Amino acid sequence: MRLTDLQSATQVEAERIMTICNACRYCEGHCAVFPAMEKRLAFEQADVEYLANLCHNCGSCYHHCQYADPHEFQVNVPQTFSDLRQQTYATYAFPRFMGKAFENNGMWATIITVLSFFSLFWFFGGSSFAGAAFYDIIPHSLMANTFGAVGVVALLALVAGIVRYWRALSLPSPLKLHWGHIITGIKQGVTLKYLDGGSGDGCTYPNEAPSHARRIYHQLTFFGFMLCFAATSVGTVYHYGFNWIAPYAFLTLPKILGISGGIGLIIGPIGLLWLKYIADDAPKATANKGMDAAFLILLLMTSITGLVLMLAKGSILLGPILIIHLSFVLALFITLPYGKFVHGFYRLVALIKYAYENEESSNN
Amino acid sequence: MVGGGHAGLTAAICAAELGASVCILEGAPRTHRAGNSRHTRNLRPMHKGPTFVLQDTYTEDEYFDDLMRVTDGITNEHLARMTIRESAESVQWLHDHGVRFQPPLGGTLHLGRTNAFFLGGGKAVMNALYREAELLGIEVHYDAEVIDLEFEVDTFKNATVKYEPENKVIAAATLVAASGGFESNIEWLKEAWGAVAENFLIRGTPYNMGGMIKLLHKNAAQQIGDPKQCHAVAIDGRAPKFDGGIVTRVDCVSLGIVVNDQAHRFYDEGEDFWPKRYAIWGRLVAAQNNQVGHVIIDQKSKGAFMPPVFPPIVADTIGALAHKIGIDEEQLIKTIEDFNRSVVPGNFDHTELDGCHTDGLEIAKTNWARTIDQPPYSAYSLKPGITFTYLGVGVTDKAQVLMENGAMYKNVFAAGEIMAGNVLGKGYLAGIGMTIGGVFGRKAGKEAAKNALN
Repeated sequence: MRLTDLQSATQVEAERIMTICNACRYCEGHCAVFPAMEKRLAFEQADVEYLANLCHNCGSCYHHCQYADPHEFQVNVPQTFSDLRQQTYATYAFPRFMGKAFENNGMWATIITVLSFFSLFWFFGGSSFAGAAFYDIIPHSLMANTFGAVGVVALLALVAGIVRYWRALSLPSPLKLHWGHIITGIKQGVTLKYLDGGSGDGCTYPNEAPSHARRIYHQLTFFGFMLCFAATSVGTVYHYGFNWIAPYAFLTLPKILGISGGIGLIIGPIGLLWLKYIADDAPKATANKGMDAAFLILLLMTSITGLVLMLAKGSILLGPILIIHLSFVLALFITLPYGKFVHGFYRLVALIKYAYENEESSNN
Repeated sequence: MVGGGHAGLTAAICAAELGASVCILEGAPRTHRAGNSRHTRNLRPMHKGPTFVLQDTYTEDEYFDDLMRVTDGITNEHLARMTIRESAESVQWLHDHGVRFQPPLGGTLHLGRTNAFFLGGGKAVMNALYREAELLGIEVHYDAEVIDLEFEVDTFKNATVKYEPENKVIAAATLVAASGGFESNIEWLKEAWGAVAENFLIRGTPYNMGGMIKLLHKNAAQQIGDPKQCHAVAIDGRAPKFDGGIVTRVDCVSLGIVVNDQAHRFYDEGEDFWPKRYAIWGRLVAAQNNQVGHVIIDQKSKGAFMPPVFPPIVADTIGALAHKIGIDEEQLIKTIEDFNRSVVPGNFDHTELDGCHTDGLEIAKTNWARTIDQPPYSAYSLKPGITFTYLGVGVTDKAQVLMENGAMYKNVFAAGEIMAGNVLGKGYLAGIGMTIGGVFGRKAGKEAAKNALN
């Protein structure tokens, strides 16, 4: 081990690879990782954890690498950084022991889903299935309180983890940071700028030929999620602010947001899962252990059961479907701070750091 | 098409676009396809006015002057000027075929006017061209080494491809040779250089064995280029024997001193800027004992050059450094003391020929001379790294291969490194290899298609 502060074999590997890349620099135009790398001569823990989370895993630098397998240098940036990102999520998870959840993530997500399923059936199953409206089956206050409480705990855990990562990157407090950097970071994150391959042709995923497929499916997933989130927020305002009680008619805001979001959240995850299935193996993570797939499946099942639920209104199947839907939602909530969901926040922090760092160097 | 690098693929695509049926025989496996093109990063096109990827203007005359300077006039002016003029279309042609460009890479800003950099490097270029070839229905065979050619006087008949269990004979209306040089063939290098070639490192593909050059010469093709001429640079001695590529360069020669295995300096380290320096140090090191040179810098120069891929040998005293490198401690101490004493104080500026020089040394350092006295001291051991060779076949301005008697073969064309010696007889100009490959690739492809379709 060359640098004493490197904690894992993956960090040492990242340092080794970055030293090679820094002497080559051919991939500089593909994304933010390489310009950020060029600002450095040595790569310590905070450096590799920063660069790994800047990486969008587009694969261009692997497919275009003269030092990739079978070359003896064995350079594979996307794979090493994928593994390292997952380690970063574990390192900064809050509370610390929950970092273990990233080691066998797919298994844990499955266990949580099954447990949610059984506990909800046990709790609400039976006679109340006969109910014809949601709140006959599960009273609104109980549903709102349960999910609200789980949501708040998940959110706090998530924020605590992000704060720890933020500090590790030596970023100044958000209050002292220029808003421009945060806006640049958000813009680059939301537009998935670094999935354009650097030329606008798209990234080399699922294979060597540039393609926009991943960017499109990811945007459907992301904006689908945001629309569903907006639908829930609007519904909450309707409920508590105006005392308008669900279910709402088709042409109301929560429905329009929810349906369009739900459709995005079906097509997007299916597309991403499909791409993942057919993608080249070489640049893939070695220790993902179902983390990506578990999150995508939870999103997908939540949106499918949500839409089915809407169609099942007035049917005797409403009860079971509602409980299935809520089980997926509950599992999704619980796993939010301990699954793939966190990648967006780590990526965002890294992009903000990138904007901050660029400004710093242009001022000097 | 024999050879699946940039020249070969360019020729293949041009020929297929004219309606010819094309088959590429690539000697390397798919993972190593495209020879040295895989390791390239830019080409040098002539241009009038700024383009989307190049600054200012680079005229034919300035380009030609640059070429004359590096080759000492060993070039064919007609072919050279034709290459320069046609290079103006290279960027657009590649862009139209899926290749993307980018501004100069970090640390290469001085090339922003003359050199167009490939986004993602040469392998990205070649992936794009192979995709184009596939779309055009071009047949590509990997591991397809050509081991024999059959001619009827001045007409190519067929090529024999090494194949298990039985070699295959492929007949074709025309042949395009774009199979590179012979720099991977150490035995052949030894014929030209003697035993010292054993210590050469080959920066590119291990598959450029020069088989096609031999076969063409055997079948009365005109020889062009000196077998001893090659692009040789000084690279890190720890580089792999083959395929080390760009990262093995060590760009701090001008910041320190270079000594041989006897701990003596042997050349002016401050003679000139990087591009020129880069191309002479390979030969200088090749002429030393064991073909080794050791560049020595002190703490002042740390971080002032492109980071090399291998860490330096570091020590707190010159004696300890000499011990670690394995050269005579007392002599190195003496060499550095002599050097330090002779340094004339001045205003050091690495970005220009700053005139900071030594006084009274047998071998002066004429620029960037600073005392070596601030520990820790770093050393990199250098060996000659061969990028490519110049020996090949003579061609016309239509890429048609010439015979020894001055006549042309009826249906044989050449492009790329195998004919680069026509234009570049000696020395090197950054990006000119890819430029020659592109221009002659397009010529060879179009002419071969016309020839085959008539």
